[in-house]
Amino acid sequence: RDRREAAARGGSWGGGSGRLRSSSSSSHGLGSWRCRGSCGQVRARAVLNRPPPAAGDGLLSEPLGHPDFFNVKELFSMKDLFSARVHLGHKKGCRHRFMEPYIFGCRLDQDIIDLDQTMDHLQLALNFTAHIAYRKGIILFVSRNRQFCHLVESTARECGEYAHTRYWQGGLLTNAHIQFGAGVRLPDLIIFLSSLNNVFEPHVAIRDAAKMNIPTVGVVDTNCNPCLITYPIPGNDDSPTAMELYCKLFKMTIIRAKDYRKQREGAVQGRPVHHGDAGPLEVEHPPQWADEKK
Amino acid sequence: MCRRVLSKCSLNTSRLGAVPTALGSLSRCPTPLWVQTLSLTPSLTLPCPSSMPSPRVLSLSPESRAQRLPLRSPREGAAGRHDASPQPALLGAEQTQGPQPPLQHLHLHLHLPPPALPMPGAGQRHPRPPSWRRSAQARLRLCPPIVGTEAFPGPCCAEPGAAVMAAALRRLLRAGGRRGAALVAAAAACGPGPQTLRLIYTTTAAWKKNVAASGPEKYTEAFIKKQIEEFNLGKRHLANMMGEDPETFTQEDIDRAIAYLFPSGLFDKRARPMMKHPTEIFPEQRKIQWGEDGRPFHFLFYTGKQSYYSLMHDTYEKLLNVQKHQDQLAAQDLPPQKEKKNLVGSRWLTKTELEEMLLEKLSDDDYSRFIQLLQKLVMMPCGNIEENYIKKFSREISAQLQKVVIEPLKYDEQGVAFSTGEGRRKTSRATVAVYDNGTGKITVNGIDVLHYFPVLQDREQLLFPFQFLDRVGKHDMVCTVSGGGRSSQAGAIRLASAKALRSFVTEKEVEFMRQAGLLTVDPRVKERKKPGQEGARRKFTWKKR
Repeated sequence: RDRREAAARGGSWGGGSGRLRSSSSSSHGLGSWRCRGSCGQVRARAVLNRPPPAAGDGLLSEPLGHPDFFNVKELFSMKDLFSARVHLGHKKGCRHRFMEPYIFGCRLDQDIIDLDQTMDHLQLALNFTAHIAYRKGIILFVSRNRQFCHLVESTARECGEYAHTRYWQGGLLTNAHIQFGAGVRLPDLIIFLSSLNNVFEPHVAIRDAAKMNIPTVGVVDTNCNPCLITYPIPGNDDSPTAMELYCKLFKMTIIRAKDYRKQREGAVQGRPVHHGDAGPLEVEHPPQWADEKK
Repeated sequence: MCRRVLSKCSLNTSRLGAVPTALGSLSRCPTPLWVQTLSLTPSLTLPCPSSMPSPRVLSLSPESRAQRLPLRSPREGAAGRHDASPQPALLGAEQTQGPQPPLQHLHLHLHLPPPALPMPGAGQRHPRPPSWRRSAQARLRLCPPIVGTEAFPGPCCAEPGAAVMAAALRRLLRAGGRRGAALVAAAAACGPGPQTLRLIYTTTAAWKKNVAASGPEKYTEAFIKKQIEEFNLGKRHLANMMGEDPETFTQEDIDRAIAYLFPSGLFDKRARPMMKHPTEIFPEQRKIQWGEDGRPFHFLFYTGKQSYYSLMHDTYEKLLNVQKHQDQLAAQDLPPQKEKKNLVGSRWLTKTELEEMLLEKLSDDDYSRFIQLLQKLVMMPCGNIEENYIKKFSREISAQLQKVVIEPLKYDEQGVAFSTGEGRRKTSRATVAVYDNGTGKITVNGIDVLHYFPVLQDREQLLFPFQFLDRVGKHDMVCTVSGGGRSSQAGAIRLASAKALRSFVTEKEVEFMRQAGLLTVDPRVKERKKPGQEGARRKFTWKKR
């Protein structure tokens, strides 16, 4: 619950589509993350128009003072998305009901995704990722698309994060203490570059992350279910150009946030670091959920 | 609830007078209930004074249990024990009274076998799960010492009584057999100081260890280090025992010493006593996979099989490199390289070898996928670029590469060419020297062949290799043979002479000999007898009824 609230603040009102309501209502388990599809567009706009919280000093509260502190907007443009074929969806027959709000239209039976909405969602997602990376969270890239498995793993390795593009063993998140040993730290963010598995069903990690209170960012195509994903990005997940674009964007965001963090830590060296306003992501070992599970 | 019950019991006891038990003068001291209990009928129920409401269960309620401090060893002392533990009630007094009103029975929830089973001393043995014994023992040992209250004088007042009680306990429980012994041991183990045994009600869930959840046994670095120190010390002791120099005592010396000191007739060499360096005994394990901040070291940690998937990732990367190289060559209109690595004399790593390399368990599917990927890499036209990488996963098959070497002819003092050979058949072992320029004289163990092998069949066997090569009267033979019977000795000598004759003969004739079966060891040995049968194959006579 604390993490969701911090995420609500720290996404700097990029608090994600499910978080229009006040923080008190976000205390209901998964309820705040459901039924996002219907008013995603309106919600995104409303979130961006909220007044900024009071900016305090301290390493962790500094980025919270600005809606787009890491300036992720400049990393992509509508033209980039279009030339990377992000707007191309699947055929009409494959369309998922909950993706209808994100679809601009249908031409010759092929769905076209609304790139205006994609831009907003992509900005929110990248912003959230940047904040998580700034706070030294663990980011896990997940994709079960065999064509891009190597690309995703390389991206993760290059930005110093983690990847899982292989067969998902059932208890990886929910039974982590048995599988990995006691004291393991779970990912703080899971990024789905393709949210379906090899049999066109939603990836198990989406449900498991929701169970374990881990926020998710996911590229959802027209045949995917955006329901349990915290920050969906409606877009194409099958073209190589689109996947390379996403990987490049996430890598640049994470590296930018980490560099900024190093810079800030270097600047405050010699001064005692204030942990007073540290969010739950900034806990020292052991992490919050490790204690709960023990 | 328990204390109220027990206080009532004590009042009743005092009203009723002395407690006529084996404990003599302890009229005023509380007697543990279960001491009485075990001397009673096996049903483990006690008569309850009529004044008490019934049926009352004396099991400790969860609330009262929670009030107690956690179970520690009795040696920790009574400093932390501030709550008064209720003394077991003196209900045993009732049994010796006169005609009683209809008694209600108190069921004590002792963690002892259910009432249906008679005591072991009753003469019959009933199978009991071993955990009962251990559980009772463990739990009694864990009892903290009793601290008294004003109502119930603590053990310090009852100290002389405690000793007598313990003695009486032993007497009473001796009849109790093994269970009694366990309880007595528990009593003794309670530690020094005035202490009495105490009933505790627990459940198995609280203390039973979930062995499955702990995973495979993990050895810490400190443990391995300690084992290495012990090994080195033991090695020196062993050297001293054998009267050798500890400084130059090698592993082979250790093996010999152990085999001498602990002779074992076990067939499996791995089951025999051994003393090896701990790194050979304890399998190499992976240390903890994440740093102080909790971040794992490897980028594929969350897959569960980081080494294997990392290997697949690297191999696929080599594949992509090769493809890129091929594309570059194609773009420059150059032909792809034609040299192919010769795979004839090599094999891929086995699954076990790969597991040892990765320090991870693999499934058969994983292994086969990896080998397929390697083969795909090798099959590509420009696969030679990554030869160094591929070499890591292939091994040479030395057995196939070696050809059987035929020894050249030797010459003795007279200048006569000769050749030696060894052969075996069943349990016979023969060595033979075949001399050139001979007359067909054969000597076996210093005896002439006609005397050693009176039977024609055996002599025919000896003759066969020479007959096959048309060299019947041209060679002399000197043989030594041991073991087996007459026929098998003949067969052994035949094989040895055939092997020796290879040196005299061309390659083609050697091949003919091989095809005739002269150079093959006869694998037939006596088949063992099986139980339930009269012989190896013969079954017992079948009787219709």
